[in-house]
Amino acid sequence: MYFIIGLVALVFVVLTVIVVTRLQDVLKNVKKPESADEAPSGNGWNGAMFIVIIIAAVVGITWSYMHAREHFLPIASSVHGRRTDDLFWFSMGILTIPFAFVNFLIFFFAWKYQYKKGNKASFYPDNHKLELIWTIIPAIVMAMLVFTGWKAWSDITSDAPADSEVIEITGKQFNWIVRYGGVSDNKLGNYNYKLIDAQNEVGIDLSDENSFDDFLNPTEMHIPVGRPVLLKIRARDVLHSVFIPHMRVKMDAVPGMPTKFWFVPDKTTADMRAETGNPNFKYEIACTEVCGQGHFSMKINLVVEDEASYKKWCAEQSTFLQTYPEYLAKVPDNLKAKAMKGLPADTATPADTAKTASTGGGIGTTAALR
Amino acid sequence: MSAIEGLDTAVHHPEQAHHHEPQSFWQKYVFSEDHKVIAKQYLITGIMWAVIGITMSVIFRIQLGMPDSNLSWLKPVLGAWISESGKLDPNFYLALVTMHGTIMVFFVLTAGLSGTFSNFLIPLQIGARDMASGFMNMLSYWFFFLASVIMFASLFLQTGPAAGGWVIYPPLSALPQAHQGSGMGMTLWLASMAFFIVSQLLGGINYITTVINLRTRGMSFDRLPLTIWAFLITAVLGLISFPVLLSSVLLLIFDRHFGTSFYLSEIYINGEALPNVGGSPILFQHLFWFLGHPEVYIVLLPGLGITSEVIATNARKPIFGYRAMIASMLGIAFLAFIVWAHHMFVTGMNPFLGSVFMFLTLIIAVPSAVKGFNYITTLWKGNIVFTPAMLFAIGMVSLFVSGGLTGIILGNSALDIQLHDTYFVVAHFHLVMGAASAFGLFAGVYHWFPKMFGKMMNNTLGQIHFWFSFIGIYLVFIPMHYVGIAGFPRRYYQFTSYDFTHKFMDMNMFITVAAILSFLAQFIFLYNFFVNIFKGKTAPKNPWRSNTLEWTTPIVPGHGNWEGEIPAVYRWSYDYSKPGAKEDFIPQNIPYSQTLESNFPHENELIATEKEIEAQNFNDQFNTAH
Repeated sequence: MYFIIGLVALVFVVLTVIVVTRLQDVLKNVKKPESADEAPSGNGWNGAMFIVIIIAAVVGITWSYMHAREHFLPIASSVHGRRTDDLFWFSMGILTIPFAFVNFLIFFFAWKYQYKKGNKASFYPDNHKLELIWTIIPAIVMAMLVFTGWKAWSDITSDAPADSEVIEITGKQFNWIVRYGGVSDNKLGNYNYKLIDAQNEVGIDLSDENSFDDFLNPTEMHIPVGRPVLLKIRARDVLHSVFIPHMRVKMDAVPGMPTKFWFVPDKTTADMRAETGNPNFKYEIACTEVCGQGHFSMKINLVVEDEASYKKWCAEQSTFLQTYPEYLAKVPDNLKAKAMKGLPADTATPADTAKTASTGGGIGTTAALR
Repeated sequence: MSAIEGLDTAVHHPEQAHHHEPQSFWQKYVFSEDHKVIAKQYLITGIMWAVIGITMSVIFRIQLGMPDSNLSWLKPVLGAWISESGKLDPNFYLALVTMHGTIMVFFVLTAGLSGTFSNFLIPLQIGARDMASGFMNMLSYWFFFLASVIMFASLFLQTGPAAGGWVIYPPLSALPQAHQGSGMGMTLWLASMAFFIVSQLLGGINYITTVINLRTRGMSFDRLPLTIWAFLITAVLGLISFPVLLSSVLLLIFDRHFGTSFYLSEIYINGEALPNVGGSPILFQHLFWFLGHPEVYIVLLPGLGITSEVIATNARKPIFGYRAMIASMLGIAFLAFIVWAHHMFVTGMNPFLGSVFMFLTLIIAVPSAVKGFNYITTLWKGNIVFTPAMLFAIGMVSLFVSGGLTGIILGNSALDIQLHDTYFVVAHFHLVMGAASAFGLFAGVYHWFPKMFGKMMNNTLGQIHFWFSFIGIYLVFIPMHYVGIAGFPRRYYQFTSYDFTHKFMDMNMFITVAAILSFLAQFIFLYNFFVNIFKGKTAPKNPWRSNTLEWTTPIVPGHGNWEGEIPAVYRWSYDYSKPGAKEDFIPQNIPYSQTLESNFPHENELIATEKEIEAQNFNDQFNTAH
């Protein structure tokens, strides 16, 4: 760290020294009247600086890239992620050529064609052939990059495959809440933002029978490996954005307009731990749309596991109704019987459990208190 | 005033005397209708805003690069925004980021750049006495001043200024309960921007009218300097896009205060479900970026125009491909209106739209590439004088190319998925739009300072300022690309919450140190600028041996710019180093009949038209023929 600062400081110190020495020369010459033929003040060292810059830039950029590379994200853990990564590095590779070439020409020409006494610039106002060449070449390169990008984009944003695991993720200030379709029907129930309250954080609509076995998790998202996962993304209050850096996934969460993103994760958390050599490796989901004070820490962990562990984890989760049985009151009478499935036989009436639920929380507690 | 004597060749106008009455201090320096004074007002206000805006960036860079540092020393300035333990308040961090963006984009690079140089150069370079409407021009500045006062006042609110990012996306910006910066701070932000837009429109209409109507005799469109082309196109862009921002701002005000639901739908916040349904936050983004993207070019084109002029003058060569330069600016301007949604690839917008906008966006690289290559060819075989203005112009081309190239990555919607709202984007637009335009601004100030104040700036200090700024900018923003590739999101108060951002501590510190050093280098400029207004060497009439008309005016042009007749124009402004000519420049007001030794055959034919040009009604506002 201090090494780096030292390095920057050094660059600036060297610059300062150059500058001060030049300044003294200039101060000496201040008295002399300037004639039109005389080389403009400081032309020589400014020209030389352009060559210094070329060398410093080549060394600096190469070294800093090598240094930075180890901190880049590991190889993408999703199928589309590796595709966009390849495309990214391919494009960067292509673009490095004009970057180096054009900057070299700018600096080199500046140095080479600096003012020389008696020289006259060449009068060269236009050349249609040249103009045509550097219109067409960038156009062709662009067309190529656009085409590959467009193919990738259309595939990534195409409709999710039918066998996708559908998971809902809702952003609120300042955390994420994940909802699963449940073990018995694996379908997400309807929701309505007007039904949101302190317990029903995502506004599950209990008049829809699909929601009876839905379960929520505000701390962890689990997904199965090797199978498409479709995220249904919502926001409760302001804009958020789901960002899973290792999966190369990003999609805004918009209040009033559900969005979606599907991807195929193909490395489990355990795989990544082995690959990175970091036993504590965790996939993380971050927020990338500014959402207020807690924006920088709006995190939820993501666990990618094999199908069996995933199924097991799902089965272990208590459904929303199990956690808050008092919400049975919101279930229409004709569906009550179905909603009661999976709940303890003598589930309390909603009025009674309202107190215990708010203090105890889980179904386990509620049952124990009975 | 001596100006009157020269004017007697034309019809004597009864109002003429009125123009030359001695003006009071207030009329002359404060509520002035003179374009040169208004330009200086814009410039000085812009410089003050730049100091504030850049200082803000240094404060939040310290927070990002040295998260453990004790900021208690800032307490005298920031007060309660620094906690007891010397930490920056996270809300205020967001406010700083927001205000830095707003100030730099609108108040410095739009008003400070376009306002200064369009006002200063349009009448001087096209050969006009003043703007088409001096009064509207004055109003334009004072609306900007009012906007500035309101924005400045918002910095002192107890709840802080606006803090939802400079793009102020609702619902965050619409709901005071969502964030403290969305309260009074946002109200003032919106009010200030409304006045700012009024100011821009008054200015823009004036620029367009003046360029079209008040060109001097012989100043046809194909003889206009590229600066004027750039200002004209910029003004047209602003005139079309700013009203859209105004409408989006108005709708946001309605949502905030009058219970409408343009941008709000299905929101549950602070234990309460809001009644608003049917609105769309995406609508705001479309409206905002319909301005926001052309805004990039509103900021950049004047810089490119200034650069064209400065490079041609100091390379002592005609600009290469004059017509191609105009065509590419027109192309960029047209495309600027149909690429806005590339800011919105991952907002949930229909992916098909994403494909369309990706194609359109990448087309814009073509005219940009043409400009880059034309600048390089202009340098080729030149006889380059490294005035500070020239250095900044060369630096501008380098930054424009380096920053523009990563735009090709970001404009690709598939790649934008990962990079959107990361530091890669921050690095990209700071290079291509922030630094490049700022370098255009510096080039302009160094180049036209002698004309503005009749004094010279110190050459060596200017060159030193350039090298520190140029190297500093690259040291800040090249490493920032790496941070972005590693996935670091923007607008994060600190990077400690995630494992994937728990690295690059040294890189972030490096960026901060480089930013502080480049910030300090700007004081060289401030010193050079303000001291030499008063103490600089008196400027020669044409210090850079330039061709354009402003250098034919007196050293300090008075009201009306030229004493006597406005010069007529016979040639384009890029006759540098013409074969056969005695000098290496031939100003625009020298007729071909006087330069027989250097004329090309088709130019000899134009000698016949000179009489015609001279006989034209010459649009002199002091001497209008009835």
